[in-house]
Amino acid sequence: MSRVAVALFPGTNCEQDVVYALDLLGAEADLVWHRETDLSGAAGIVLPGGFAHGDYLRTGAIARFSPIMQEVERFAVAGRPVLGICNGFQILCEAGLLPGALVANRDLRFICRPVHVRVETTGSVLTRHAEVGAVLRIPLNSYEGNYVAPPQELDSLERTGRVVLRYVDERGEATGSPNGSANRIAAITNATGNVAGVMPHPERAVEDVLGSADGRVLLESFVASLQPVPA
Amino acid sequence: MSPDPPPHQQLGMTDTEYGGVVDILGRKPEPAELAMYSVMWSEHCSYKSSRAWLGRFRSDHPWVVLGPGENAGVVDLGDGWLAALRIESHNHPSFVEPYQGAATGVGGILRDIFTMGARPVGVWDPLRLGPLAEAHNRYLFSGVVAGIAGYGNAVGVPTLGGEVEFADRFSQNPLVNVMALGLMRREQLVTRAASGVGNRAILLGAATGRDGIGGASILASASFDEESGAKRPSVQVGDPFEEKKLIETCLELYERGLVVAIQDLGAAGISCATAECASGGGMGMDVDLDAVHLRESGMNAGEILMSESQERMLAVVRPDDVEEVLRLAETREVEASVIGTITDGDVLRVVKDGTTVAAIPAASLSEDAPLYRRPIEQPESLERRWADPPIVPAGIDLGETLLRLLDDPVLGDRSWIYEQYDHMLFLSTIVEPGNDGSLMRIKGTDKGLAVSTDGDSLRCYLDPRRSAERLVCEAALNVAVTGSVPYAVVDNLNFGNPEKPDVMWQFVETVEGMATACEALEVPVVGGNVSFYNETDGVDIYPAPVVGMLGFCDPIPGAPPRLDRAEAGSEVWVVGPERGDDFAGSAYATVVLDHLGGRPAAADLATAFLVTRHAARLAGDLPVVHDISAGGLAVALAEVCIRSGVGVVVGNGDWRLMLDEAPHRFLAVVPDGADLEATE
Amino acid sequence: MRFLVSISRRDGLADPEGATTARALRDLGYDEVGDVHFGRTILVEVSGDDVDTARSRIDEMCRRLLANPVIEDFTIEALP
Repeated sequence: MSRVAVALFPGTNCEQDVVYALDLLGAEADLVWHRETDLSGAAGIVLPGGFAHGDYLRTGAIARFSPIMQEVERFAVAGRPVLGICNGFQILCEAGLLPGALVANRDLRFICRPVHVRVETTGSVLTRHAEVGAVLRIPLNSYEGNYVAPPQELDSLERTGRVVLRYVDERGEATGSPNGSANRIAAITNATGNVAGVMPHPERAVEDVLGSADGRVLLESFVASLQPVPA
Repeated sequence: MSPDPPPHQQLGMTDTEYGGVVDILGRKPEPAELAMYSVMWSEHCSYKSSRAWLGRFRSDHPWVVLGPGENAGVVDLGDGWLAALRIESHNHPSFVEPYQGAATGVGGILRDIFTMGARPVGVWDPLRLGPLAEAHNRYLFSGVVAGIAGYGNAVGVPTLGGEVEFADRFSQNPLVNVMALGLMRREQLVTRAASGVGNRAILLGAATGRDGIGGASILASASFDEESGAKRPSVQVGDPFEEKKLIETCLELYERGLVVAIQDLGAAGISCATAECASGGGMGMDVDLDAVHLRESGMNAGEILMSESQERMLAVVRPDDVEEVLRLAETREVEASVIGTITDGDVLRVVKDGTTVAAIPAASLSEDAPLYRRPIEQPESLERRWADPPIVPAGIDLGETLLRLLDDPVLGDRSWIYEQYDHMLFLSTIVEPGNDGSLMRIKGTDKGLAVSTDGDSLRCYLDPRRSAERLVCEAALNVAVTGSVPYAVVDNLNFGNPEKPDVMWQFVETVEGMATACEALEVPVVGGNVSFYNETDGVDIYPAPVVGMLGFCDPIPGAPPRLDRAEAGSEVWVVGPERGDDFAGSAYATVVLDHLGGRPAAADLATAFLVTRHAARLAGDLPVVHDISAGGLAVALAEVCIRSGVGVVVGNGDWRLMLDEAPHRFLAVVPDGADLEATE
Repeated sequence: MRFLVSISRRDGLADPEGATTARALRDLGYDEVGDVHFGRTILVEVSGDDVDTARSRIDEMCRRLLANPVIEDFTIEALP
């Protein structure tokens, strides 16, 4: 059975929600404290949302130096599945495992509401089982959700199809983004598609009673990407 | 040249109160002791002007585990689940620094919850500010909301609702109340009552600095020392990250059975926490201030004792467990220092630099606090106000009036507030803010909890007793429409200067009304907070009691009502007694007539009981069940239509029935073909 | 020794705090205000007495932690 390591930093607060959602999808998850340096038993890693190290200095700036990040980097380089959600996405960018950075929302307010995103590519562990063009309704809950990157980097992301999800309105039209993200980017992946960062929270959209189950296909894709540990 | 006032007066104590301290100790108090009594016997800590009446509230219901007097009220949800709830005010600090005042208010109430063993799962913020037309009120409002968001989101507790009221009397005295709810298994319940001679007291959390120490320090010198005054921050700055670490540390300590007793540090800091822990268990405590982990150098005994540095807890631990506790704290990056030992007897003894700076009966700080029955007098002007009701015209343009009401900040859409709060964390929010009560599920069970916070200061000004009764009924209805039974109340009583007989009258009438209504609805009052002295330049706030109502359902409705579920082709029923003449203190009178007068209709508690039960029953079957309150039926209908994207045809010619605010009513949307019995 | 590290947002990248503040200033009547950019200053105290070594170490601290080179530039000033 493939086990997912869910990283836990001081200040992380979405880890239980991620474990709950993965459990709902039939995956087993272990919470791993940020000082752990051996994740050899894990088939994939999730960095959940929250405020790791209080988001002090910059969001994700201190977390990227936690001992566990050495393992995360090893996984990334080895082509194994790594998913960063919200704060997790911020940490992956600070660690240089994904390009660009997340800064304050355009309107300088925390945003907590459902948003719509369009699947741009299935070439990532986040969207393998999704359909290009599908519009998903998923909660956005962040203050620093505004994706920025130098222009050449943005061009490169677009050219190489590494934009995974883009903000759209409920009809699927490109009418801007809730937070000012460059190119309306809501999620990106690395060149080999095994490291993905997503700002909205798929784990908050796994049951209809919560308002939407559209997040399931994203987490299912991740679970399907898990590679069993070699014997 | 007159001499400086004596130290006790500089600290805000009366001569009589000072005499009381001398009697208790049998001698004059040491400076540190005087500081402790002065803060613990302040209005904020001792409730000396209100305590005499709070016994009116009942909490002897079988599902109450802990009633008033603890850090939080605790109720039984069955199957080993307990809920803890509390409400607190942080009014004066929020006027000084709105962001930090509100932020530290959230921090403080959360500590009251997890000090009982519960994980905090929700926060609600009833707010009262001056009219937004004034720039300063906009500044306060945005600061307060940002502070609640900044702290609540970062500490990782969803803010699930609240309410907001704007009136001129709050411009100089904004009210920031915060309610919190926590969940725990019965085995995790822990109190402050220390026990076990030889057990150690461990201070956990942020380092102690000079936060919150106000006024002259009589410990350094007998007169105001302006240099040292400049060193002391008057605003406490919250650190939600520290609090989050503290929550996780404490919850793990509870899980591992490492804590005998625990108390959070709030007003009067270490002095209060040590005294409460000791006296709570009928014990004494020796405290060594040199052991306290400090943020600043050169702090004297009084400063360390009285500091209100945030994010600190005091845990009583068996000697054999001390090392493990320290190790656990270190792993979680929480500082800890062993500062005390439980002793036999009843003395709180505090030592610094090898000298005893305080030795007092621990219980006397709270138990011997002054108790005042201040004079009460109905305000002269009240009967004149009653005789001056709003003059409602024979006919109005209902459409234009409705739009005007909906445009008012109190009635308008509030999503711009609650979309700044993470209200989705924990995957338990089933009915989110923006509806009536908010509803959360308890994952792994079929149970649900609903909360509503309700206040109505204008109506309370016109008739405190009637308004308080109606508030309880309204809050009960706001949870009933989620399918929940009203289960427990915490109340925040915000009033002006209690030394004025008319303010005391408002207070006593409010307590009476609230207690009567809670009895009639069979709801225990498990805790509360009193905030007096909300007065500036002699002008008191409107009396502003807030009811925090907890509702409970088991099982939770599969598809609870929400404002956005109405569909075309459905019928709208209005349930409850119509009047058409209840305009005193109404939105129409305030917004359109700019009039505050008349006497609000009395509550009919027997009807309220039935209406509440009926709403809860219908909520199990219908897509929309909505409380009718401010703005009357017209606004309630408009809210449903706007959120659901539908229209409504109302066959009713009398606009007064559409806009008056007769209590105990709700509307229900009944889909075509639904088969329901009309009862009562 | 004490050094003041000044960190600023790199040109060409979104600075919502800056944009919002510029707008607010113009709304208050300061029409002459153009761009506003936010940064932060960090005071770093270090032991030792060789300014050049200290400066070089702080430069390293900036590159590794204090500034994010993707979005930020920095300067270091020795304080008297």
